[in-house]
Amino acid sequence: MSSFDHDPIVEMRNIEKHFGPVIALNGVSFDIRPGECHCLLGDNGAGKSTFIKTMSGVHKPTRGDILFEGKRMDFASPRDAMTAGIATVYQDLAMIPLMSVTRNFWMGREPVKRVGPFSFMDFGLANDVTMEEMRKMGINLRSPDQAVGTLSGGERQTVAIARAVYFGAKVLILDEPTSALGVRQTANVLATIDKVRKAGIGVVFITHNVRHAMAVGDRFTVLNRGKTLGTAQRGQITPEELQDLMAGGQELVALEGSLGGTV
Amino acid sequence: MSSTGAVLDERIKETSKLRKALIRPELGAIVGTVAVFLFFIIFAGDSGMFNAQGVLNWSTVSAQFVIIAVGACMLMIAGEFDLSVGSMIGFAGMSIAIFSVTLGWPVWFAILLTFAICIAIGALNGLIVVRTGLPSFIVTLAFLFILRGFTIFFPQLIERRTIIGGIAERAADDWLAPVFGGKVGGVFFDWLASQGLIAVFERGTRAGEPIVNGIPMLIVWALGLMIVAHVVLTRTRFGNWVFAAGGDAQAARYVGVPVARVKILMFMFTAFCATVFATCQVMEFGSAGADRGLLKEFEAIIAVVIGGALLTGGYGSVIGAALGALIFGVVQQGLFFAGVESSLFRVFLGVILLFAVILNTYIRRIITGER
Repeated sequence: MSSFDHDPIVEMRNIEKHFGPVIALNGVSFDIRPGECHCLLGDNGAGKSTFIKTMSGVHKPTRGDILFEGKRMDFASPRDAMTAGIATVYQDLAMIPLMSVTRNFWMGREPVKRVGPFSFMDFGLANDVTMEEMRKMGINLRSPDQAVGTLSGGERQTVAIARAVYFGAKVLILDEPTSALGVRQTANVLATIDKVRKAGIGVVFITHNVRHAMAVGDRFTVLNRGKTLGTAQRGQITPEELQDLMAGGQELVALEGSLGGTV
Repeated sequence: MSSTGAVLDERIKETSKLRKALIRPELGAIVGTVAVFLFFIIFAGDSGMFNAQGVLNWSTVSAQFVIIAVGACMLMIAGEFDLSVGSMIGFAGMSIAIFSVTLGWPVWFAILLTFAICIAIGALNGLIVVRTGLPSFIVTLAFLFILRGFTIFFPQLIERRTIIGGIAERAADDWLAPVFGGKVGGVFFDWLASQGLIAVFERGTRAGEPIVNGIPMLIVWALGLMIVAHVVLTRTRFGNWVFAAGGDAQAARYVGVPVARVKILMFMFTAFCATVFATCQVMEFGSAGADRGLLKEFEAIIAVVIGGALLTGGYGSVIGAALGALIFGVVQQGLFFAGVESSLFRVFLGVILLFAVILNTYIRRIITGER
């Protein structure tokens, strides 16, 4: 795996996060290298969301260090993390359905051209870049003017991913990008993850679906009740083992028997 | 999916050029405008509604609606309402009257001070909405009553009456007053009259002068505000932020759009538009009344909704809102020309509002792919 030749872009060491009396994270370590897809697995309530929000600057860790390219970092806001190169694609907050693909793609970073004392949004450039970036991700838009609402869920995720990549993300955090998607759209998003990884970007892929994780993951870290249960490399672990780790190891074995191995 | 690129989804039908051209937020308003004009050409075509004087009559009324509709439209697209527009109109007019007539300050100073006060109140509206996260419906409803109360209280306290006149005399030599109360293009109308293209007065002190001797500044303001707002909204970076703030404030914040600033600025713009309306009205009537601007906030909102904007924000068109305002003005004055009982104006308005909104909902579903 070529990605192991590189130092990690982001390293999270023994992160703890307390919300009042609740210990949401109790010593989580995680790192992400360029060009790898590191899957973060865990059942609901395992602390996945809290952890990635810490990584993307929404929460400040109670204890523990965040190292970005080897240096200690204190992200005061998501904006700081974004500027450093950590982009997060949230499942539901990615896109504004009523606005066109171009307007969404450039939202907050619109290109402008000056005409005399006035500056206008440069729609020619914006449309061309949007079409090109979407084509690279394997989506041919009918028109850059079409509303995001007309796109499928997978295509929306892809727009958000393409946007993050275009604006120079070094680490891309995907918060359950496949959980609301159908089979074919999931395949599209997984293919997109693969493309992004090949471009040298580190992808943090949060999911609770072992099969999706196994399809693209290079490494797998399992969270359970606010702790890391360990990190495994591709080929060192079977889907069944991952599944058991996620569920805490016990009940699922029995349950799986009665369900005929369909979980 | 192969890396060579996707093919177009075979389930998406090709849309025709005509359909594409029709599918726009303003369609409902365009259809409504055409229908309204056809109606009055048929039923009031020979009543003088479409000669120079008649056109000026309904254009002026429409221009009033346009001015407040443009402000309400931008604010609604940014995801907020302002119910205090009508009270703001009364308040601003009264403020100009008190400063210039009662206190005897120069009219230009009274106008500028009023603009500053009203825009500051708009900013306060916005600040409260943004800081508290309360619905703007409630916050501006409070200001609807607060401002109306002051508009009645101050003139009664100071002058013991609720209408203050005498502004026309005070404004006679003022340099700023004509920007709101003046007319432009007098020379052009003189020429039209000399060519026999428009009627002239036949008797009285103004015999020989054209009946229409210029375009009121009110109309110039309406057109100017409409064009500027349309260009800002559709062609600039700030316009994209307005759509984003109204479409999904949280998503916009995540990518660095200054949502709070955008919303507050839009509240200030709405207040600015209300003050322009009030200043033009005060200069035209020469007086300010405590009951001016009643219900204007709803008329503005109706015009905006007819124009295709979404009540929940993030979607709409300034041109559509202006057409909505035009429908308003034409119907209101047209019923008078057609000799119809004027109370039917409201019936007509309700019917056209309903039809426009149904049509707009349908159009929006096509655009956004909702089902």
